[in-house]
Amino acid sequence: MMKSIFNKLTGLMLAASAWAGTALFSAAHAVSDLAGGPSVNQLNLQMPATKIAEDQAWLHWFMLILCTVIFVAVFAVMFYSIWKHRKSVGHKPANFHESVTVEIIWTIVPFVIVILMALPATKVVVAMKDTTSADITIKATGMQWKWGYDYLKGEGEGIGFISALDADQREMSNNGGPKAGEVVNDYLLKVDHPLVVPVNKKIRIITTANDVIHAWMVPAFGVQQAAIPGFVRDTWFRAEKIGDFYGQCAQLCGKEHSYMPIHVKVLSAEDYSKWVAVEKVKLAAKLDDPSKVWTAEEITERGAKVYAANCVACHQANGKGAGPIKPLDGSAVVLNADKNVQLSVLLNGRVALGMPSWKQLSDTEIAAVMTYTKNNWSNKTGQLVQPADVTAARK
Amino acid sequence: MSAVLDHPAHPAHPAHDDHHDHGAPAGWRRWVFATNHKDIGTLYMLFSFTMLMIGGVLALIIRAELFQPGLQFVNPELFNQLTTMHGLIMVFGAIMPAFVGFANWMIPLQIGASDMAFARMNNFSFWLMIPAGLLLASSFFMPGGAPAAGWTLYAPLTLQMGPSMDTGIFALHLLGASSIMGSINIIVTILNMRAPGMTLMKMPMFCWTWLITAYLLIAVMPVLAGAITMTLTDRHFGTSFFNPAGGGDPVMYQHIFWFFGHPEVYIMILPAFGIISQIVPAFARKRLFGYASMVYATSSIAILSFIVWAHHMFTSGMPVTGQLFFMYATMLIAVPTAVKIFNWIATMWQGSMTFETPMLFAVGFIFVFTLGGFTGLILAMAPIDIQIHDTYYVVAHFHYVLVAGSLYALFAGYYYWSPKWTGVMYNEKRGKIHFWWSLISFNVTFFPMHFLGLAGMPRRYADYPMQFADFNAIASVGAFFFGFAQVYFFIFVILPTMRGQGEKAPQKPWEGAEGLEWEIPSPAPFHTFETPPKLDMTATKIIA
Repeated sequence: MMKSIFNKLTGLMLAASAWAGTALFSAAHAVSDLAGGPSVNQLNLQMPATKIAEDQAWLHWFMLILCTVIFVAVFAVMFYSIWKHRKSVGHKPANFHESVTVEIIWTIVPFVIVILMALPATKVVVAMKDTTSADITIKATGMQWKWGYDYLKGEGEGIGFISALDADQREMSNNGGPKAGEVVNDYLLKVDHPLVVPVNKKIRIITTANDVIHAWMVPAFGVQQAAIPGFVRDTWFRAEKIGDFYGQCAQLCGKEHSYMPIHVKVLSAEDYSKWVAVEKVKLAAKLDDPSKVWTAEEITERGAKVYAANCVACHQANGKGAGPIKPLDGSAVVLNADKNVQLSVLLNGRVALGMPSWKQLSDTEIAAVMTYTKNNWSNKTGQLVQPADVTAARK
Repeated sequence: MSAVLDHPAHPAHPAHDDHHDHGAPAGWRRWVFATNHKDIGTLYMLFSFTMLMIGGVLALIIRAELFQPGLQFVNPELFNQLTTMHGLIMVFGAIMPAFVGFANWMIPLQIGASDMAFARMNNFSFWLMIPAGLLLASSFFMPGGAPAAGWTLYAPLTLQMGPSMDTGIFALHLLGASSIMGSINIIVTILNMRAPGMTLMKMPMFCWTWLITAYLLIAVMPVLAGAITMTLTDRHFGTSFFNPAGGGDPVMYQHIFWFFGHPEVYIMILPAFGIISQIVPAFARKRLFGYASMVYATSSIAILSFIVWAHHMFTSGMPVTGQLFFMYATMLIAVPTAVKIFNWIATMWQGSMTFETPMLFAVGFIFVFTLGGFTGLILAMAPIDIQIHDTYYVVAHFHYVLVAGSLYALFAGYYYWSPKWTGVMYNEKRGKIHFWWSLISFNVTFFPMHFLGLAGMPRRYADYPMQFADFNAIASVGAFFFGFAQVYFFIFVILPTMRGQGEKAPQKPWEGAEGLEWEIPSPAPFHTFETPPKLDMTATKIIA
């Protein structure tokens, strides 16, 4: 009963804010609400898609109303006093300055109120923390600056991929955001490979990280969990709606912190099974044979793709870098006749300078991107790096 | 300050000639070798206002970048440096030293002491801040730029930073040492140098809150020093306290940092409570309601502050019992805080109030700070926090308590005591303009941030989805107005009083004010209470 009222209130507020947004600012930014993500000028929590998020929204309303009532009551007294007990209206000061009874009462009353507040919250905390008996377990690995997903248990076991921000949107951000009139509802929320899960199944997310602390957050699911290098933590959700849901990395993780969104696609059980089947086939086909010997043309083409997916955000399409980011075009490291010089930078990173380690890429991918950088722009080394070179260097 | 600045050895000083004091050194020597608590207080306040301006400029660059989606002015790397340095400079450079400045000026005057207990250490603790401030401010020009790991300096991100991280750590060490010396000085002064008759339970509230704050500082500054020293050795000497690559624990850093960090936020608010507790009775012309309970409430807040730190870490992952414990403990802090608010309102009740600028800022403080207190209560609820942790909701919350809280109390205190410091009255009309301008622009800046946070916009973001654009634009406009209000404050309020322009201040400019500081002339003579004053029963008046 109470909950349905609160849900209606939420809907009303969303509608009101959407109206305010269109009425006031429609000229400035052409953008509309993103289902499963933020709404335009949204005033409250996002529309819940899980039981936990619903409970959180209820708790928030409960707290908001309680706090507002107390706030109004307390300050009604203060402003009444300000109005009536002024020198300018001739009020003479009274003499009282203590009363043990009053002091005891207004210590006990807030104490009782906070206990009342804590009770419903306790129930939700206990529910939130129960990650047992999950249907599917997925490991989310935070990396500077993208998410790696590995399906560890349940339907889809063995699938694994990297999910990064759409490269065009990253470029758009550098160029001052979407142009006037350009409608990008999922600006900075679009990824190349969304996380796919089935509806109404308990999904346990295990978080960890490769480099620094990140945080995996999807507001509509009521989930936020830090991803900590060297440690595993877990959280869970059971999405009750089919659709797309969005979140962003919530823990400051370095330069591209604003650019590692989370996109969860919730499918029906059948669609999910179909997706798993397709993904398994792709996985088998994609498996690069690390002992394959590539031709220069083939591997450069592959390298261009790897570059576009991983390197272009910092080093730029023209290879010149920007600001503190070193250029690759004409770089001594890239042009070095000894392949191992660049290889070591790629595998170990140069963390102090902002270059992360890329050892999570496959041998083929590293070989390809190296060959590409060594033979692109003004770099004409003619060197060809094979996956076998990378395999050797990893040892 | 004018009279103090221009005539160090005040002619009105009765005991001047027959005393071994030969007048203070003049020129730069007076400031560099300063041992007078009033001079050092002035130095502290000028330093903190300078840092407030630097931190404010950084904030305005941040808001300019966030005015629209997309990157316009700074790259994401510089953006992170700006948010980090804004936080560090405001917390350690602006708010904390400003309160120490108030303590230096007012505590000896309020307890009838001739000066601070350790005058030379006092000088040292101020002058340590200058190199620290320079190190912090100049870190932008170091290779790789300023530290960019957030003011919380979470490992292992700090391990990736350039050389400026080391200078930042060194600067924090210096500031920490300065704070500890300042605190020892304050504790010793309060416990040993009170005039006869000034018992602890008759002390003005400002002294009480500072006494408690000083203990908090001594307890937690070494903890911060430990955390950042471990970061330093992880960075350079191959240790692995927090470095996961060597088996270290990044979450341990968070525990240690917040064991310092939570008491730290009370360090920044308790002296503010003290200032408000002095101003409200003065302008209500009525004694402070529940003096004893105010002392107990302040102490309770201080003690509770040590057992709530992990509410900053609800999303780091902790067992259900841990989450529940820290949730309950945090919510408990609402009780003594509520007692304080009720006491202030009860002081106003049936009073005879006037609303000069100090009172306006005090009432503004109570109103807006309480709003920040309620959002704190909402954040304390672990299930809600999971959604709004590290979002703009948190940014809104801590600016409501630190700007509308600490900073407003500092403004209130400035307007209240500057007649005593400078010997002239500030311009009342300008003070009122400053108040309303600040209050409105503050709310325009920070209120929309609640909405952004609830909608899920994470903090420390250089660029954001289009749906967040309008509230960000409003916040940015408000921020610039707020910034200009403080420039106005400096040029049109502070500068004239420093130059001695304005109506001459009477010994006690406020009808209802009580306390020993109003028993001496305005401006306060260079030396005061060289012989302990004889006090009346209430310890608010000198009888001989």
